[in-house]
Amino acid sequence: MSVITYRQALHDALREEMLRDQDVFLIGEEIGLFEGSYKITAGMLEEFGEKRVRDTPIAEEGFTGAAIGAAMLGLRPVVELMTINFSLIAIDQIINHAAKIYGMFGGQARVPLVIRTPGGGGQQLGATHSQNIELFYAFVPGMKVVAPSSPADAKALMLAAIRDDDPVLVLENLALYNTTGEVPDVVEPAEIGKAKVTREGKDITVVAYSRMAHVALQVAEQLAREEGIDVEVVDLRSLRPLDRDTVVESVKKTNCAVVLEDDWLTYGIGAEIAATISDGAFDYLDAPVRRVAMAEVPLPYAKSLETAALPSAADAANAIRETLDAVARRR
Amino acid sequence: MPRKARAVAPTPDEQLAFYRQMVQVRRFEERAARAYTEAKIGGYCHLNLGEEGTVAGLMAAMQPDDYIFTNYREHGYALARGIAPERVMAELYGRSDGVSRGWGGSMHMFDIESRFMGGYGIVGGQVPLATGAALAIDYRGGSEAVICQMGEGTTNIGAFHESLNIAALWNLPIVYVVINNGLGMGTTVEKSSAEPELYKRAASYRMASARVDGNDPEAVHEATKVALASARAGKPYLLEAVSGRMKGHSVVDPAKYRSKEETEAARAGDPVAAYATRLSEKGVLTEELIAQIDAEVRAEVTAAAEFADASPHPEVKTLFDYTYATPVANDSRRLPGEALYPAAPRPSSKGASA
Repeated sequence: MSVITYRQALHDALREEMLRDQDVFLIGEEIGLFEGSYKITAGMLEEFGEKRVRDTPIAEEGFTGAAIGAAMLGLRPVVELMTINFSLIAIDQIINHAAKIYGMFGGQARVPLVIRTPGGGGQQLGATHSQNIELFYAFVPGMKVVAPSSPADAKALMLAAIRDDDPVLVLENLALYNTTGEVPDVVEPAEIGKAKVTREGKDITVVAYSRMAHVALQVAEQLAREEGIDVEVVDLRSLRPLDRDTVVESVKKTNCAVVLEDDWLTYGIGAEIAATISDGAFDYLDAPVRRVAMAEVPLPYAKSLETAALPSAADAANAIRETLDAVARRR
Repeated sequence: MPRKARAVAPTPDEQLAFYRQMVQVRRFEERAARAYTEAKIGGYCHLNLGEEGTVAGLMAAMQPDDYIFTNYREHGYALARGIAPERVMAELYGRSDGVSRGWGGSMHMFDIESRFMGGYGIVGGQVPLATGAALAIDYRGGSEAVICQMGEGTTNIGAFHESLNIAALWNLPIVYVVINNGLGMGTTVEKSSAEPELYKRAASYRMASARVDGNDPEAVHEATKVALASARAGKPYLLEAVSGRMKGHSVVDPAKYRSKEETEAARAGDPVAAYATRLSEKGVLTEELIAQIDAEVRAEVTAAAEFADASPHPEVKTLFDYTYATPVANDSRRLPGEALYPAAPRPSSKGASA
């Protein structure tokens, strides 16, 4: 067991898979000589050479599609899209092709493709570079979308994604790259499609993924310490497939829930979680499901505005307190 | 620029094979159009009528282990790749014996055995994919090549240019084949392409290219052999085949945007009739042989339609079989009318019901 960063965990997973399987190769913009915009692929070009660490022109649709085509012939490409915002340029290849090829041709061709890409705001990158649009991909059958919140999960889910025979989008997060956590010396691939209760508690369920699942644990510890509130945290980890049962079982125990999400509220992932709780635990609920999500604006550059628009730990703590107050009034 | 024909002329057997292939595509597509009007075929249905010369010449130049990706006007290419007409027709009928098991339809034929890597319904969707297939061949040091067929309208999308650039940068074994029938749905090449001589677009990527008469299967065959040899040597190639579209964009399109003269000119340029005349003049074809080939192909096509009609519809229980190749936890298998969870119990005063 060692304590490493989320960035290092991703790097280690890629490197291990490159060493294990000659069919695995990396492809994307600035991943070789430049070592990646966020340095996940540092040292890879030197170790594996240009054939397996392939710098591309600025042509997201072209190189993402080429990776899909290579996957159809059995290679296992790992595409880096510099940020999830740029995936919009490749979205036809991802949604109309990667996600469709296995089904549309009656199961004759597999697409063992990984797209790794960070979401996230808070870096003063402005409206086009700060979106959380994982929902677009999580909406589509044929895609698998995982969203690790810790270094251990980042490694285990990346290993699983690379060994999977379907297109998997691994959602990374700019604000998580430097976070640290314990990672076992030998990591087994995670099971895609499974959520995890990352903190057991009896008072309230907090459902989150990616950065907000990290924030959820911090808020839970703070509330336990300072206010005696016992929060159960459900980290979704997989956005498609969605592990509804783990969410529902938790709410059956706590009778109330708050969803934390970094995307926009309307039609967002929190809406799907709230609907799931309504479907599966309606009679167990003692308060409406509360959602904490980004303000519905194109994210501004100015720090004061950007900070106000993004969900914070304080927002999460307030939502938890207010939901518990609503429960107390009903009981 | 029209290339000089190579000295080696095709043998009479090869010429007959081209002709038979062209007739097979013609009769198959006519049968498909009829089945469409009989509501045996659904969705969109784009036919290769007028493209038979290109189909025959192009496909005959491919090796068995080469790959081909096409657009959505691909029935003829599937037939010429050696896929049984029964399976192609069954796909059009949406039946379980179809090449794509009834999941693809007219626009999405696929056959892994013959390396027919798919018809694609999104204009240009196949172009990056085919480029990636060539990348995989190069990665493994293989000697195969990829044919990427597309319509001329595709040369205006971004992915076309991105892909040609990537293929040229990385020396990939691929031939991009542009079928220029002069019309993207109802819009002419001149109205949509600032450089209407499309093969010249390859120059931006220092890629070799040529334009060939798509109505002449022998010319297409020779040009494709040159292009494939170039691709196998690590020099990707752009081949433009100029032909006509004899009918509308799809079966349901009456093509009112074309003048009577234009439509008549397209019919007069019928590549099947023209090739029959040419081979007859050379003594390769006779009236009897023409009639015999036609009868044989008609019987084949009729049998294909009968097979398709008798093939079972896919069973509803297979609906969730092809969402994922690797089974995954919590994969949704819910039909539209089914609840996610059993109906909630009667409300009680305190949460959990008895």
